[in-house]
Amino acid sequence: MTKQMTGAKMVVQALKDQGVEVVFGYPGGAVLPIYDEIFQQNGIRHILVRHEQGAVHMAEGYARSTGKPGVVIVTSGPGATNAVTGLTDALMDSIPLVVLSGQVPTFLIGTDAFQEADTVGITRACTKHNWLVKETDRLADTIHQGFHVATHGRPGPVLIDIPKDVQFATGTYVPPAKAKISHYQPRVAGDRAAIEKLAELMETAERPIFYTGGGVINSGPEASRLLRELVEATDFPITSTLMGLGAYPGSGKNWLGMLGMHGLYEANLAMHGCDLMIAVGARFDDRITGRIPDFSPHSKKAHIDIDPSSIGKVIHADIPIVGDVGNVLRELLEIWKARGARTNKAQVERWWGKIDAWKKVDCLAYRGSESTIKPQYALERLEALTKGRDRYVTTEVGQHQMWAAQFLHFDEPNRWMTSGGLGTMGYGLPASVGVQIAHPDSLVINVAGEASWLMNMQEMGTAVQFRAPVKQFILNNERLGMVRQWQQLLHGERYSHSWSESLPDFVKLAEAFGAKGIKVDRPGDLDEAIRAMLEYDGPVILDVLVEKHENCFPMIPSGKPHNEMLLGSAATEGAITGAGGALV
Amino acid sequence: MSALNIKKGATSHSAYELRDPHAVVIETHTLAVLVDNESGVLARVIGLFAGRGYNIESLTVAEVDHEGHRSRITVVTSGTPQVIVQIKAQLERLVPVHEVHDLTVEGRAVQRELALFKVTGTGEHRVEALRLADIFRASVVDSTLESFVFEITGTAEKIDAFADLMRPLGLAEMARTGVAALSRGA
Ligand SMILES: Cc1ncc(C[n+]2csc(CCOP(=O)(O)OP(=O)(O)O)c2C)c(N)n1
Ligand SMILES: [Mg+2]
Repeated sequence: MTKQMTGAKMVVQALKDQGVEVVFGYPGGAVLPIYDEIFQQNGIRHILVRHEQGAVHMAEGYARSTGKPGVVIVTSGPGATNAVTGLTDALMDSIPLVVLSGQVPTFLIGTDAFQEADTVGITRACTKHNWLVKETDRLADTIHQGFHVATHGRPGPVLIDIPKDVQFATGTYVPPAKAKISHYQPRVAGDRAAIEKLAELMETAERPIFYTGGGVINSGPEASRLLRELVEATDFPITSTLMGLGAYPGSGKNWLGMLGMHGLYEANLAMHGCDLMIAVGARFDDRITGRIPDFSPHSKKAHIDIDPSSIGKVIHADIPIVGDVGNVLRELLEIWKARGARTNKAQVERWWGKIDAWKKVDCLAYRGSESTIKPQYALERLEALTKGRDRYVTTEVGQHQMWAAQFLHFDEPNRWMTSGGLGTMGYGLPASVGVQIAHPDSLVINVAGEASWLMNMQEMGTAVQFRAPVKQFILNNERLGMVRQWQQLLHGERYSHSWSESLPDFVKLAEAFGAKGIKVDRPGDLDEAIRAMLEYDGPVILDVLVEKHENCFPMIPSGKPHNEMLLGSAATEGAITGAGGALV
Repeated sequence: MSALNIKKGATSHSAYELRDPHAVVIETHTLAVLVDNESGVLARVIGLFAGRGYNIESLTVAEVDHEGHRSRITVVTSGTPQVIVQIKAQLERLVPVHEVHDLTVEGRAVQRELALFKVTGTGEHRVEALRLADIFRASVVDSTLESFVFEITGTAEKIDAFADLMRPLGLAEMARTGVAALSRGA
């Protein structure tokens, strides 16, 4: 049914018809007509943020934890420019977002009008696609098309810029079913011949490994289920990128842990030494590969990805398979089973023998302390005290993020939200609020560094206003820890501007926002503090004062190969005394 | 597998290994990109090349289907074979892009460029310029007692050669369209 209505009403109608329940936004002159419509309805919940960057990260958290697109409304000019970091973050991590921005009226565009910015120009490089809508009659179509583009193929953020006069004017509304969707229909079915070839290689591989990424999670829960089935059936080892954690359970028996710059020793060495690498929805980022010419030099590489441009971009794929991970895995399982579900059992067992020896290095070992809280210990306790709960975790960016990836375990997809590609400090707090809005009864924890947390701390106000009982677990080392670590290891211990001076009192800060604040600095008091955080019915900041100069290991310095990994002194000593045999 | 080298603690090496990107062959390819003629589409294509550090040696664009609002962009680009494959994949990923054809791979394409040359001078130089223009099948589209404007079409190489000859004869200005290309055969 087509109907006449104003552009502003169309926006709300289109969102409803797209099944949107929540939008994250901030009003201003150029979106007032839309806000007027939001005021006069109840179908869509609006979460008023404190900064537009916060809105976009919240929408990212919402999207990653639900699999649905996140929706944001911002005003023109500064509202739109404040959204840029979030858009770039979502583009890098393939998060579906629909951002609606207000624009000055069409007749003022180009005149440097008040709060005019070339929003489509500015966001062209940080969106999957964007549109400036100049006629009300095109508005509904464009919004539906926006949802289509954001969620089809490799997901990503889109932006629709809507001038104020287009919002006021009346036009014809088109429902989603009648909207003109462009030719944009990325390919989702894999090439059968290539899948056959992969199945064949799986039968003979002596040292196989699954290397999985965020694409498995983006493909949906079915892809994770199929991955688990395939891993069980083949008994191949599996590692994952930071973005893919949870696709295969962290407690699964074939799990090697995360790989990459701060990945586990066994995962990186298995990648280095494998003879068949099956990359699934992962993109060979430089944090994964290290030095390219030395990356897994003796393996055949199969690469399954929905984005053809990801295949062969960094690493040559011997078997490229373009398609949706879920579809390809289903077909791969079928074909491999039909061929007799064979693997090279004897050799794969030997391979596991090697891997088990690498595991004995115990690369995450750290020196405990009776007097100071080690960040690793804090995460071990957080894991122990929240295990088995309906739990979602977000993080900021830095050492704490890597430790969280190493020490927390995720048994389900969509439970781990972190800024991987862009590494955006200030992501975690707003993302945790977005996740909590989507899952009001679940436990949502942001594992934070004190410096990152301050970058979007204003969103604590949003958490309190909307009764989002998010737990801010701050590993406070009073340092820009990751920067300090690089300076120590790679820049001659010259600690240029890498400590946090004049930090706020986080307990008072929490209280000032109307939340609860707890501070803990002794290992003996940690469990009680964590329990208090978990039990409190509302947002909490838990300020955990941790060891200031702890380094995050293992570490592969930029541009180094996997087998030139640095280990912490605790693990290194172990390796030298006990597990020398592992050093093949 | 190479021996494992565990280093303890600090290293004196730089964090940034500035490798020479493995020296390989650079190829030149002509791509035809069919796009929706919507606002910003050219900026999107150019932005892709600039943002990812790809070369543009020549670029032409015009609407070729007025009813379907379809434009054809012809880009001449260069890079390693791996980069060329990437460029095509990246172009295909853009929402308004319908088709990307690598005319260099799809068979030797017909490639033509149009150029206008203003040559000024009198006497011997002027006569010589006109004589050479005739050999190159360039036509005179404007003339005064001290100048000619020649119009020439051909491959980019032919136009380069003509420019080299005109330079000592008083070449004052030149305008080139960039390459338009079509595959040969049906
Ligand atoms: C917006 C932004 N600015 C700068 C950086 C560079 N950076 C990466 S980690 C880091 C330090 C983070 O400190 P903190 O949040 O306290 O975490 P820690 O490493 O101490 O755990 C910095 C400055 C970044 N990733 N993002
Ligand atoms: Mg810190």
